[in-house]
Amino acid sequence: MSQSQISGSQALMRAFVAEGVETIFGYPGGAIMPVYDALYDFHDKMRHILVRHEQGAVHAAQGYSRVTGKTGVVIVTSGPAATNVITGVADAMIDSTPMVVVCGQVVASLLATDAFQETDVVGITQPITKWSYQIRSAAEIPWAVARAFYIAREGRPGPVVLDLTKNAQIELMNFHYEPCTFIRSFIPTPPIDEQAVSDAAALINQAKKPFALVGQGVILGNAENELLAMLEKAQIPAAWTLLGLSAMPTDHPLNKGMLGMHGNYACNIKTNECDVLIAIGMRFDDRVTSKLATYAKQAKVIHFDIDIAEINKNVKADVAVLGNSKETIAAVTKQLQPARHDEWIASFDSYAKIEHDEVIKEEVDPSTPDIKMGEVIRKVSEVTGHKAICVTDVGQNQMMGARYFQFSQTRSMVTSGGLGTMGFGLPAAIGAKIGAPHRTVCLFCGDGGIQMTIQELGTILQENIGVKIIVLNNHFLGMVRQWQEMFFDERYSFTNMKNPDFVALAKAYGIHGKSVSTHEELDQAIAEMVSNDDAYLLEVQIEPKGMVLPMVPAGADITDVRLK
Amino acid sequence: MEKTLYTVIVFSENRPGLLNQVSIIFSRRQLNIESLTVSASSIEGVHKFTITVNADEEEIDKVVKQIEKRIDVLKAYYYTDDEVIYQEVALYKVDTDSILESDEIEQLVRKYNARFLEITRTFSVIEMTGHTDEIKELYYALDKFGVKQYARSGRIAITKSTSELLSKFLSDREEEAKG
Repeated sequence: MSQSQISGSQALMRAFVAEGVETIFGYPGGAIMPVYDALYDFHDKMRHILVRHEQGAVHAAQGYSRVTGKTGVVIVTSGPAATNVITGVADAMIDSTPMVVVCGQVVASLLATDAFQETDVVGITQPITKWSYQIRSAAEIPWAVARAFYIAREGRPGPVVLDLTKNAQIELMNFHYEPCTFIRSFIPTPPIDEQAVSDAAALINQAKKPFALVGQGVILGNAENELLAMLEKAQIPAAWTLLGLSAMPTDHPLNKGMLGMHGNYACNIKTNECDVLIAIGMRFDDRVTSKLATYAKQAKVIHFDIDIAEINKNVKADVAVLGNSKETIAAVTKQLQPARHDEWIASFDSYAKIEHDEVIKEEVDPSTPDIKMGEVIRKVSEVTGHKAICVTDVGQNQMMGARYFQFSQTRSMVTSGGLGTMGFGLPAAIGAKIGAPHRTVCLFCGDGGIQMTIQELGTILQENIGVKIIVLNNHFLGMVRQWQEMFFDERYSFTNMKNPDFVALAKAYGIHGKSVSTHEELDQAIAEMVSNDDAYLLEVQIEPKGMVLPMVPAGADITDVRLK
Repeated sequence: MEKTLYTVIVFSENRPGLLNQVSIIFSRRQLNIESLTVSASSIEGVHKFTITVNADEEEIDKVVKQIEKRIDVLKAYYYTDDEVIYQEVALYKVDTDSILESDEIEQLVRKYNARFLEITRTFSVIEMTGHTDEIKELYYALDKFGVKQYARSGRIAITKSTSELLSKFLSDREEEAKG
């Protein structure tokens, strides 16, 4: 390494290069200008995506990370820029997305003086980051950046915020970079407990009615193959959480569908019938479990997780298998005896049939002239050969995307699960397309959510990003409207929306588009949309009062599935 | 569920912002911290937090896991009163006149194993170490004569356990760093 002195900003760039950063999402401003000046000389090594709002930068970095598995990188300035990234940072925290966010900060001598564009970034971000650190001198930069990437990536991933004072960006320092490989106080992956492994295997071997719940931990641990090997060896039917989606192919015979509030009928019913519940890399979110007091009480629970704080947090585990999912699943599988549970597996079918007849059939192939959300999603999935990446916003579009999009490969679902951030979709789709440029990226969003971050159409324009945007327009905040219909006496309080001409708006940003309202127009427009790799906005006028069903009302027993 | 007074002992690296990170884990769960003492530990560079809080065991177990999850926290443990030797210190300021007027204060000081820290013409300061209840008792007893000021520390505690968990953790980690 060169011993000649360089600025803190140049050090930051070199550290990024050393960490293998290829893409940065960001937005310049006063307190980060020296970094942007240094970036000017690194544009051949790292691609910088200029977003239109800092929230867009974090969500794009999340989308990028979800499809690539790499750590998303964001650079923004101080004050309002730092507060604008908060939503995305909180989202990445609850959805375990690795991210390093560098915020500019006023010069150290002005800290705590209420200087222009100063805000207490470390104070604000501590509860919503894995680590948040203020860098006050250039000399700290290599150490802090190395640590940031290590912490963001290792163990259960999450966001790290570096609050970089302006003087640290300017000061000269001797650059020497060593990646972080060890932090005394941080044990990212707990060692595997052989006893727990054999206890888990024994429980599964004895099980007559085993049921696996698959979460994002399988994807984060790159354990998709190990999972399939385990499920197939012992013939265990499986269901996924929203974020576990795409970890196994939709058409796999052991894949029984989604769990939770808008999950598949059979999966929720069988949760309370199985004898061994095998939870893998999932955290028993309330949207999955509904009422805990009656949840899977009959079953022995095996909980695989990398994060010990998840064990017994919501559901008590009889056996906790701590560690990296790739290793723990393989270790347990080794001790499994091949088994068959044909009758148990077949018992899912009658519920699946009821759900198909009462909900799915009409949703994907409606008998009425109105277009339905499920129909749009299933058609797009089919036309793209079930190989596309599905990005959703939040609300009905998200639940419909999760229910009706079909997957053949992993890391193909990008959605805001834990935080449920409306406005996530468009920037996340941009990030996903940048991370997976050779795949088709389809965004499903509502007329409400897209308007929360619609300024990112400008990013698409500037960077020529071929995202397929499908606006499911029902002129309502659909999910809230659905709850108003079901639980608030049809009092539609402020959920009706008067919308702009989305196609004209897209056109203003140089994006082709079409608005459709019949089944035939829809087919033609989807074909047109996927005929090339350009960005496209497809506005679909869908039935205004569509509902996501089945539904387990919030707080009800998980078996209290409403089909109508 | 039954609430118990737990002593939570946290060892952390000496970095700014740790106190906030630890305390918000309690406040998010509406757990009221009864007492909090933070100081350097016997191991150089390691800080020790001693926190007392009323909670049920399930709650405190979750809290301690969340505390330990913070990157710069080395270890966190929780104990019931019978698992630790603990002590608090209190200072009481009384008028010197009231000591001179009778021997009752002197007798209280003897009874509670307290001591005079400072005696001036106008006021005197009594110090007592002990458990919360004893300290409170002495306060009420002294207050008959008028306690002008009263200050109490948080709890400090040492475990009864024969194995020194933190030292073991640190030496294990040192091995892993080499390995």
